[in-house]
Amino acid sequence: MEFILQNFFNWDIVTQAWPLLLRGFGMTLILMAAVIPVGCIGGLTVALLGQSRFRAVRWMTIIYVDFFRAFPPLVLLIFIYAGLPFAGIDLPAIVSVCLAFLLNSSAYYGEVFRAGIESVGTGQAEAARSTGLSGFQTTTYVVLPQAIRNVLPDLVSNTLEVAKLTSLASVVALPELLYSADMARSVTFNATPIVMAAVLYLVLLWPLVRLLSRIEHGSMSSR
Amino acid sequence: MSDSPILDVQGLRKSYGKLEVLKGVDLAVRERELVFIIGPSGSGKSTLLRCCNRLEESNGGAVIFDGTDITAKSTNINAVRQKIGMVFQSFNLYPHMSAEGNVALALRKVLKRPKAEALERARAALDRVGLSDKAENYPNQLSGGQQQRVAIARALALEPKMVLFDEPTSALDPELVGSVLEVMRDLRTAGMTMLVVSHEMRFAREAADRVVFMDEGHIVEEGPPEQVFGDPQMPRTRDFVSRIDH
Repeated sequence: MEFILQNFFNWDIVTQAWPLLLRGFGMTLILMAAVIPVGCIGGLTVALLGQSRFRAVRWMTIIYVDFFRAFPPLVLLIFIYAGLPFAGIDLPAIVSVCLAFLLNSSAYYGEVFRAGIESVGTGQAEAARSTGLSGFQTTTYVVLPQAIRNVLPDLVSNTLEVAKLTSLASVVALPELLYSADMARSVTFNATPIVMAAVLYLVLLWPLVRLLSRIEHGSMSSR
Repeated sequence: MSDSPILDVQGLRKSYGKLEVLKGVDLAVRERELVFIIGPSGSGKSTLLRCCNRLEESNGGAVIFDGTDITAKSTNINAVRQKIGMVFQSFNLYPHMSAEGNVALALRKVLKRPKAEALERARAALDRVGLSDKAENYPNQLSGGQQQRVAIARALALEPKMVLFDEPTSALDPELVGSVLEVMRDLRTAGMTMLVVSHEMRFAREAADRVVFMDEGHIVEEGPPEQVFGDPQMPRTRDFVSRIDH
């Protein structure tokens, strides 16, 4: 017991590592605030291109989505950050992370939005077009609001995954929560900072998990 | 009543791949006329209707509405569609908007009316179909008949010159059909031009100026309801009428 407290829940270490972890936590929040909207907007773009009336455009989005869903995100990130410099493309860590997340999560968000758009009956768009709304207005005011509502649980679930994936940024030395915690661990020779990081992730993401659970149950009972 | 037709369909053709659904259809509708299209399923009547506001692209011929060929690529179809209302079999109300929201959407986004004016006009249109007390209800809080009347109000709010009805009562429980037909009767009294695909033969007989019988992508026969129902000239029409009426 003494051993566990000493190595995992050591109050002295907590007070020492706290400022570093807090800064890491701040960076993690910034990362999430950057990559989640980027992924959503990218995914929406992919989904809308997938509805294009040009077959070549539809095919390209299928290839894009398949490719980046099959490409492990960690490999993608290391390739962009450490591989591309061999081609003379030297991106800062934060840019590499954002680019990797754009490519990876837009493929996933794209599939979620596609399922949403396809869940809205064609009659909806026909009714809107018959009143003179343009294709863009029909998508904006009639199709997307219904599409998003129909796949809200999947959107939240995917967002949760993306939020957790930001810890990958630690491999390119971006000082986010996991990187800071691991640094504190190596300096203090103690696992307490890792436990602290886990607790911070939990505190941050647990409300999202609750929300997901609520809308999943809510949408089941309303159908 | 002006003599030149407001809608003039000329030699209209439409194919889905190898299947030819419309094989050169000519049809003229004059202002204030109520024209009924009847015929067996698969005869092309719904396709013909949907070509009249270009929900379906035709493969040949022309659809002249109010002097404009709407099949021409250069035509601004969104502008033309404001003047052609359409009512669908399955209502197609927007489920995420209230009744007045459904009616007001095009007023706000197409005609660019301010919100207050759009809602006022939406309520006036709902009043016209007898639903002023349901303005804030959502589609899932309305009966099928009420939903279809909201859909009619949505078409009327833009003050169209003509309304297309695509089997407007086919999805309704029998006891709800009457309320929709009543609204259509009021519209006719008010002089609205209407082109209707429907199986409501009794209504056609009583309200239509002209009945058009279609079969296999052709117009087989057209004339006043007394003629088409009472004294059909073509064997194919006679056969169809004798089977539907009893």
